Amino acid sequence: MSVYDQIAEAKAASVGEIEKTGDLESLKAIEPMLFGKKSTLGGLKRLMGEVDAQERADVGQALNEAQLFVREAHEAAKKKFELSDRRAQLETERLDLTESLHVANRGHLHLVTQTMERLEDVFVGMGFTVSEGPQAETDWYNFEALNLPAAHPARSMFDTLYLDLGDRTEIGDGEGGEATNILLRTHTSPVQVRVMESTAPPIYTVCPGRVFRRDTADASHMPVFHKIEGLVVDRGISLADLAGTLNEFTAAYFGGAISSRLRPSYFPFTEPSAEFDITCVICEGDGCQTCQRTGWIELGGCGMVHPNVLANCGVDSEEWTGFAFGFGIDRLALMRYGIKDLRDMYTNDVRFLEQF
Amino acid sequence: MKVLLSWLREFAPIEGDPYELADHMSDLGMAVEETRILNPLEGVVVARVADLRPHPKADRIQLVDVEIENGDPMQVCCGAFNMSVGDLIPFATIGTVMPDGMEISQREMRGEMSNGMCCSAAELGLGSDHDGIMILPEHLETGAPLMQELGLVGDILWDLEINPNRPDAMSVAGVARDLAARLDVPFEIPEWTVPSSGAAEDLASIQIDDGVLCPRFTGRVLRGVTVGKSPLWMQMRLTLLGMRPINSVVDVSNYVMLELGTPNHTYDLSLLPNGHIGVRRASDGESITTLDDQERMLQPNDGLIVNEADEPIGIAGVMGGASTEISDTTDSVLVELACWEPRSIARTSQRLGLRSEASARFERGTDWQINVTAVQRFCHLLNEVTPGGIEIVGEVLDVAGTTPDSISVPVRTSRISMLLGRDFSSEEIRNLLTPIGFDVENTDSQDVQLVTIPSFRPDTETETDIAEEVARHYGYGKLGATVPRSPDAGHLSPQQKLRRVIRQVMTGAGLIEAMPNPFLAPDDITKAALIVEEPVRLLNPLAVEESVLRPSLLPGLLTAVAYNYSHRNMGAKLFETGPVFEASEDSSGLPLETEHLAALISNADAFAATSLLKDLASTLKLEFQLTNVDGLAGLHPTRGAKINIGDTEVGSLGEVDPAVLRSYEIEDRCAWLNLRLDLVIEAAISVEGVSYQPVSTFPSSDVDLAFAVGEQVQASEIEMTLRKAAGEELQSLHLFDVFRSGQLDEGVRSLAFSMRLQAKDKTLTDEEVGVVRQRCIEAVESAHPASLRA
Ligand SMILES: [Zn+2]
Repeated sequence: MSVYDQIAEAKAASVGEIEKTGDLESLKAIEPMLFGKKSTLGGLKRLMGEVDAQERADVGQALNEAQLFVREAHEAAKKKFELSDRRAQLETERLDLTESLHVANRGHLHLVTQTMERLEDVFVGMGFTVSEGPQAETDWYNFEALNLPAAHPARSMFDTLYLDLGDRTEIGDGEGGEATNILLRTHTSPVQVRVMESTAPPIYTVCPGRVFRRDTADASHMPVFHKIEGLVVDRGISLADLAGTLNEFTAAYFGGAISSRLRPSYFPFTEPSAEFDITCVICEGDGCQTCQRTGWIELGGCGMVHPNVLANCGVDSEEWTGFAFGFGIDRLALMRYGIKDLRDMYTNDVRFLEQF
Repeated sequence: MKVLLSWLREFAPIEGDPYELADHMSDLGMAVEETRILNPLEGVVVARVADLRPHPKADRIQLVDVEIENGDPMQVCCGAFNMSVGDLIPFATIGTVMPDGMEISQREMRGEMSNGMCCSAAELGLGSDHDGIMILPEHLETGAPLMQELGLVGDILWDLEINPNRPDAMSVAGVARDLAARLDVPFEIPEWTVPSSGAAEDLASIQIDDGVLCPRFTGRVLRGVTVGKSPLWMQMRLTLLGMRPINSVVDVSNYVMLELGTPNHTYDLSLLPNGHIGVRRASDGESITTLDDQERMLQPNDGLIVNEADEPIGIAGVMGGASTEISDTTDSVLVELACWEPRSIARTSQRLGLRSEASARFERGTDWQINVTAVQRFCHLLNEVTPGGIEIVGEVLDVAGTTPDSISVPVRTSRISMLLGRDFSSEEIRNLLTPIGFDVENTDSQDVQLVTIPSFRPDTETETDIAEEVARHYGYGKLGATVPRSPDAGHLSPQQKLRRVIRQVMTGAGLIEAMPNPFLAPDDITKAALIVEEPVRLLNPLAVEESVLRPSLLPGLLTAVAYNYSHRNMGAKLFETGPVFEASEDSSGLPLETEHLAALISNADAFAATSLLKDLASTLKLEFQLTNVDGLAGLHPTRGAKINIGDTEVGSLGEVDPAVLRSYEIEDRCAWLNLRLDLVIEAAISVEGVSYQPVSTFPSSDVDLAFAVGEQVQASEIEMTLRKAAGEELQSLHLFDVFRSGQLDEGVRSLAFSMRLQAKDKTLTDEEVGVVRQRCIEAVESAHPASLRA
């Protein structure tokens, strides 16, 4: 048998061994037979010494080619086995991704808080700060400083809850005498007064918060609800500035299709006073049942801060003028989602709260 | 206040589309709540009641035979019982569509046929009276279409909302004045003249003892007064404006009040000794029997009308007395047209629960200068509606108390322009104010005009008030719309931002924000096992169940969770932020109000609360220290801890006392966390912006240590000791395993801590790590009853 035949035989034997293997493990097991000195082909290296010097190069090349061939066959077999292993592995890992057992567990802010934050964000964007104050207030901050002395008939507009201070309770006698009553604020205007007392103008601020009225709960009233009021005091502030500011707010909060208008009204703390209406958000002004076919819905009250109020807060009304406005937050929340009954917002039923 | 176009037109030639006129009135501050064009109400006719008999099977309805023209009477079933045989009534025939859209059809009511409907004034939209069937004046023609017969077709009725500062607009004439000015048409109140004879001074006299109470008292003596029915047109106008016709004298009185805004009263002169009337304030202990035959106790500030013997015969401006009431036998009458101090009327009418159309007008302030005109109008009308007329005796009796001074205000054109944001000329201002009764004069200054305020606008006193009148009549909507800009950027305060962050931590942890009622029942405090010496109470709560201001957020959240449990929402996780109240000796009288954050997690043990606190600590970069405390109020007696930031106690956490949960019928454990939100936020602000630690590039080493620790030692104490002992190479430390077992000594549990050590400037050698490890072990073993577990 020639040298070349021996090499061809050894090569065929090696390839034959590879073909006999069925997986990576058995392939690994025959590797000593394929590669290295003790392998079938490796053993033929000795033939190099048995041939003529001029033939040695040819034999060497034949050996190398055979070894390369075996290595490629081994590599191909390895790749094949790896691929089938991966396929088998992946098949065992198959998942039905709809079998998730997780129950969503994110909490929710109360609808009133969400609405309040949206409002605050709009006003912050318009250059306002946000001011806060106590919920229990003195008669001075809630009424007197706001041009509502004890005997003022307009006090009947506010059904007020008073605190029982024991010996110190002193209900106003309606004669304008000293009244040291403590009450639950009926609006957030006392915060406006506190801001004006403590801050020199210019003032651009909103006062959101909880307010109280002695009202029996029904579909549209709660004894505890939420308001946001705004206050601007600066040089040369006019009624036109109030109209413009409310327009800008309305467009920013409700969207461009909704505009606002002012109608003369009366509040003891503002002069001139106005109601402000917005385009009905249901019919966008065409007229519907909600707006009683007027195309407008009443949102809140506003006006130029009464000179007496400015004076009570130590602000010179000749140098500074201002406007104030206010409206209910709860009602905005109801309007946005079409909630029929205000009381639903305060049952704290998670099935309600989770929807927002 | 309702107004009728035909009535307005008696003062000004007002014309135009009803809805456009409504828009004008709204724009003038008299918000139109309803505009109604009185349509012919086709199918409603005048019918005569021919017979009345009980329904054989029903008590609440009766059978009525009505006659229209000369045909056979028709039977209807009717739920009202106020008519008599022979009365004329409005009758809706079959097929009539009523103002509310209902169509009248023939129907059977418990076995009896009903062939139409007898109508109340309210059902026809002719007033607010729905207590009974409307009884029509006798002279109407049976079978005639009702609205034509009443002369109402095509008239327009507006319902206006009048602000408290507009007493002038509480009258038909006042509304006409405002609207006429807007429409630029002339307005005039006629001077009604009535012939008179004789002298009144001999018959009646008026004496005002308190001129502040009664700025003016005007009266007139009338003879030959007979009480009868007022004419149809007057009855209809009263009905449409919401008043029920009574008799000719009362109707004239109400008519004048609605027309001119001047409430008035009539006395039977023969019941007034010497025709004398006095005005004074009541004194303690006095009482009077009023027109409604009720005895009313009086108080010192009530205004009184008294007779010659100084006995009360009427409560000023609120209600007349029974002793001088007009009756069928009355012949001579004294008409009273007085002005009263608004505050006094408000107080008295409110206290006695006698609010009326009259008191509503007096409370706002009536026009003292229109008294004589109004008396004349009264006489003129009563003369007109009384068959054969009446005799008006002598001159008007007119006595002044303290009449208000006429106010003139210097008004700067520049100031008005600045306040309203539009440049007005002095002439424009004058032209806007003059038609509504303000008198405007020039002064030496180009910028200043002197404006005299009319007596019917007692609310208007200052330059700013006048600015409102200018704006109102110019039109709020026609002023510009400009946006002023704050010199500073808008922003939330650091506190407000952190409050939002904290709420987000809560929702991120799966909690839902609740808003429980802040008012509690007195026993809610003990029900929640809280200890509050003196809770803050309301003086005038709506109900005793809502009479205490919450001293803690616990009762409210427990109620909320209990509500959810009772609606099968088990496992509710709720939180709330808000103030709690505590009595205080503060000189302002204000209670102490502190903002809290509380979380109540049902179906969870106390570790749900500590987890929440760890989330907060990590977000706010705060370190909270817990100290186990037995028997914290409201909490599980052996599962509670107080929370500190440094030396400051900021709250507590644990589980709610099982006994408390039982009383709320909550069947699961509930974790509880309560924090003083104000203190936590302040602490978080103080650590904001503290500089960061650069991440070390050198490898770290982990050391795990497990100790057997006596139960009396808190895990946090071991942790603290380890932290101190490990020194500055300690990068992190946490408790990773706790176990209790019989293999350990009695009263001991195993606490395993994991520490990661890392130096900033080098790789720690095994030897160095070993030194730290040994230091930690020795520190723990020497400071605590604890030993390293092998
Ligand atoms: Zn609408």
